[in-house]
Amino acid sequence: MEAERNFGFDTRMIHAGHIPDTQTGARAVPIYQTSSFVFYDADHAAELFDLKQYGHIYSRISNPTVAVFEERLAALEGATGAVAVSSGMAAQLAVFMTLLEPGDEVVSSAHLYGGTVTQLTHTLKKMGIAVSYVDPTDIGAWEAAITPRTKALYGELIGNPRGSILDLEKVSALAATHRIPLIIDNTMATPYLCRPMEFGATIVVYSATKFIGGHGNSLGGLVLDSGKFDYSRYPAIAEPSPKYHNLRFFDTFGHYGFLMKVRVETVRDTGCCLSPMNAFLLIQGVETLSLRMDRHVDNALQVAKFLEGHPQVAWVSYAGLPSHPQHALAQKYLPRGPGAVLSFGIKAKSGEDLRLTGKHFIENLKLFSHLANIGDVRSLVIHPASTTHQQLTDEELRECGVGPELIRLSIGIETVEDLLWDLDQAFHAL
Amino acid sequence: MGSGSGISCPITLNSSLTKEQQALYQNPAVIQKILNECKTIAIVGLSTDRQKASFFVASYLRSAGYRIIPVNPKAAQILDEPCYPNLASIPEPVDLVDIFRPAYECLDIVQEAIACKVKAVWLQLKIVHEEAAELARKAGLLTVMDCCVKMEHGRYCGGLHEAGMNTEIISAKRNHRFI
Repeated sequence: MEAERNFGFDTRMIHAGHIPDTQTGARAVPIYQTSSFVFYDADHAAELFDLKQYGHIYSRISNPTVAVFEERLAALEGATGAVAVSSGMAAQLAVFMTLLEPGDEVVSSAHLYGGTVTQLTHTLKKMGIAVSYVDPTDIGAWEAAITPRTKALYGELIGNPRGSILDLEKVSALAATHRIPLIIDNTMATPYLCRPMEFGATIVVYSATKFIGGHGNSLGGLVLDSGKFDYSRYPAIAEPSPKYHNLRFFDTFGHYGFLMKVRVETVRDTGCCLSPMNAFLLIQGVETLSLRMDRHVDNALQVAKFLEGHPQVAWVSYAGLPSHPQHALAQKYLPRGPGAVLSFGIKAKSGEDLRLTGKHFIENLKLFSHLANIGDVRSLVIHPASTTHQQLTDEELRECGVGPELIRLSIGIETVEDLLWDLDQAFHAL
Repeated sequence: MGSGSGISCPITLNSSLTKEQQALYQNPAVIQKILNECKTIAIVGLSTDRQKASFFVASYLRSAGYRIIPVNPKAAQILDEPCYPNLASIPEPVDLVDIFRPAYECLDIVQEAIACKVKAVWLQLKIVHEEAAELARKAGLLTVMDCCVKMEHGRYCGGLHEAGMNTEIISAKRNHRFI
């Protein structure tokens, strides 16, 4: 049988990871809403627990519906495999807990989602891990921050909040020189807009809650591994693991070693598993990923251009605009468009506090939903200075890169004229 | 979920072989033929250590219904099976010789395998010896190199999928339950 074909991205969105099962032939992915799975006999149980056989034991470790979601994303990313978890925050923590030991260090881009900064700075500190932050656009800063204790580099491809673009090839070359993995949070782009492993990233994490699920109905996260990193000199993966009868994960499972360790140790022990119901809902999103992303980025570019030309707007930050400092990098790594999240600075109404103008603008919007999320089919808006960051002074806000004038939009797939109308009428009503 | 031979996308992710070598020694049709037709597998270099990769592969293949014959001059019995010092001393026909030994030993092992008239030879993941592989192939043996027999079996039989791995197999076909 000549049976090889390189299936396209869209075919993988629909089919990868799900072959109709022999028993029922169900065409949609079934929801295996079960905590546990029956063993054939005691020997089978023993071999499963010993990892001598593949198979499901308990849904905290693996589940058939979740496995479809995992393989589908691995197939889209060109990864060797995936582990799905309960949220994007859980995904990155699972990576750090698997790779790092107390005393290790991480060098990270400073342009991160605020929740990630808190996790890296405070939660990793509790585990004895130190994080240093660098300007992601300054390759010299990355290099200078690496010490003999640095065990990983971390960054968002499209950084928060200004949409800065990480130079993947340069940073991954640096990681390779130091024989450490580069971990990329690719949430904003999805594997449709960019597959960071093609540019040298070792591990990619996602909040699947955002564009991958795409409908704002389910939380989920993913850890993917390229399978190309040589962990033989990376103690956490190569050396005998006391948590698994001194198993050497890299020696035993080769290029699956890291992901096996994430699953059967870190996720098993922390319980950050994805529920089968959420996996099912996220899979529904994945099946239309490319269609949605094309519309998301088309709409985002039109909104960005509209805002850039608006007299009540001080600045717009979207890497799809030629005015953005990393526009060229965006064209290189994200030729279809740099996602659909953008921020802009609103001009203060004369005699009014900037924060108040921002607050009024949000209240005037009729179609944009005011909430703390991104990557929904619906357009979303938030004004950090009057909501998530309201306790900070103007100066503290600017230190976070989130000035009092900053408004963040996540552009949905509505009729774009309606989005422009809504923004315009909200400015007029100020 | 279901599993099957389906149509597979070529996996070129994790091999040090060139494209030409992959076409010869990681051919999915050859791999599936071995998995389907070979029933008795001699594992050369099977370790007595239950946490070694070779022990994982042997236990897995035994559970999957293959007959395992350990070949290890330093052991008498592994996985409740008598252990033989070399291929020549195995008193029954062998279909597949699966090699877990350093590359420099592979040429001798392949010569022995050819003398024993086996159907197939498999050099495990990261074991690469071009000359040994070519010798086996030219002698008419089904030959695989720089792959893991457990991973490949798991890829076509669904186990690897259950572990969240990328099998690169895509199919809308349902396997008949009576076959």
